Amino acid sequence: MLPELFFGYYASAIVIFSLLVVTRSNPVHSVMWMLLLFFHIAGLYLFLNAEFIAAIQVIVYAGAILVLFLFVLLLLNLREELKVKKFVGSWPAGLFITAALLAIVLSAVKSFVPGPAGKYSVEFIKQETHTKALGKLLYTDYLFPFEIASLVLLVAIIGAIVLAKRKTGSK
Amino acid sequence: MDLLDSIFSQASVDILMKLGVIIIKIAIVIGITLLHVAYATYWERKVIGHMQVRLGPIEVGWHGFLQPIADGIKLFFKEDIIPANADKPLFYLAPVIFMVSALTSLSVLPFFDGFVIADINIGLLFLFAMSSLGAYGIILSGWASNSKYSFLGGLRSASQVISYEIAMGLSLVGVMMMAGSLNLSDIVRAQQQYPAGMFAVPQFLGFFVFIVAAFAETNRLPFDLPEAESELVAGYFTEYSGFRFALFFLGEYTAMLIMSSIAALCFLGGWTIPKFITDWFPVLLRLPAWSWVVIFLAKVYAFMFFYYWVRATLPRYRYDQLMAIGWKILIPLALFNIALTGLVKIWI
Repeated sequence: MLPELFFGYYASAIVIFSLLVVTRSNPVHSVMWMLLLFFHIAGLYLFLNAEFIAAIQVIVYAGAILVLFLFVLLLLNLREELKVKKFVGSWPAGLFITAALLAIVLSAVKSFVPGPAGKYSVEFIKQETHTKALGKLLYTDYLFPFEIASLVLLVAIIGAIVLAKRKTGSK
Repeated sequence: MDLLDSIFSQASVDILMKLGVIIIKIAIVIGITLLHVAYATYWERKVIGHMQVRLGPIEVGWHGFLQPIADGIKLFFKEDIIPANADKPLFYLAPVIFMVSALTSLSVLPFFDGFVIADINIGLLFLFAMSSLGAYGIILSGWASNSKYSFLGGLRSASQVISYEIAMGLSLVGVMMMAGSLNLSDIVRAQQQYPAGMFAVPQFLGFFVFIVAAFAETNRLPFDLPEAESELVAGYFTEYSGFRFALFFLGEYTAMLIMSSIAALCFLGGWTIPKFITDWFPVLLRLPAWSWVVIFLAKVYAFMFFYYWVRATLPRYRYDQLMAIGWKILIPLALFNIALTGLVKIWI
């Protein structure tokens, strides 16, 4: 009973906060609702015994990415969101696409099959600690995809620096 | 009748007892911390006063000992002024976020062996998460006040905290690698395995990076640019007064206390006495358990004293210097430390 209540609260809170994020007219208020949303997502991870992912969710998304969002918003100094006809005018098309997506997702729910129970049971994670279990998997079985992901991120970082760098001493 | 029976059954009484113990622990920790914070301000004024050949507070009580209490009463009864064009909800929320994030961090600190409110496996990561939440208090207070001084203070703080969070996280990776755990109690116990009894010796590079990053994270001199009084009046809390100002003040000192505690736990051996000292004086091994908290507090106070000492000694850095130190010196140094620790761990 308690797990269902817990999940029910977090799932409904996440939906409500997501709606609040997209409907606020003040962008800074949107960011604050998003902060609350990220904390609830971290709560869901904790509920799945994934404590490391929960902490990283808060540190990376709430602590770094969202602060950068806020930083850009502060520099733009928008008190109210701008409504440009070019962006707002085509809402019927957007509504149609999202409705179609929702229909696809709902039709796929029927054929959902829970995956087979593997080695990583709740007891195993509790004994090994989540951080260790995840680290071992990431650096042995999934080393190659992990390295590729880090290389992609490195390319993005270098690209951002090259784009942002002021050209000095040009001819 | 059944419902009452089930409520008063043995299992639920046990749960209530556990809850009660946790709540009492929380009350003790917060009460003692806030008292410490109040006297940290008194101690700071005394230490800096004597370093600058002044007396510091001396009028209220014996050697000014009641000064922090007088200050607290004064702040509590001051008028609470809110700027007319402020964003009210965020203006109210900002000091609360700042204070709550500082107080929540206390829940994972082990003050001595066995005394910790929440003994979680990711203690160190939890502290990082809470310190990044504290940055929102500062940024929001800067934005919501609708004043240019607050705004500039908030912007400076945002970029400073983001930059130094990276250096701070990386500086502690060496400690995590040597301890093999993120649980703060395990990190303290792991330090007893090493001859020096503290990670500050093998992790001296990490310790150096941590100290500098800790000063920047808590917006203290020589990196107190977000509240540089000669340029920005008071920085992000310029528009705050009365008790809301007191919340920022308390939050800043609590954050300092937490940084000092992390330094004591991760680098200075927490509540333990280094093994080479107990080998010389075996009497120290027979100390009662309550005295461990005294050892822990002595280490925390030593680090706090260092905060005051630096404040009385060094001038403020320029903003570009602050960024250059963070990105060009501290982060490469911390990365080098991680590589070095890894290589030593493979070879030995």
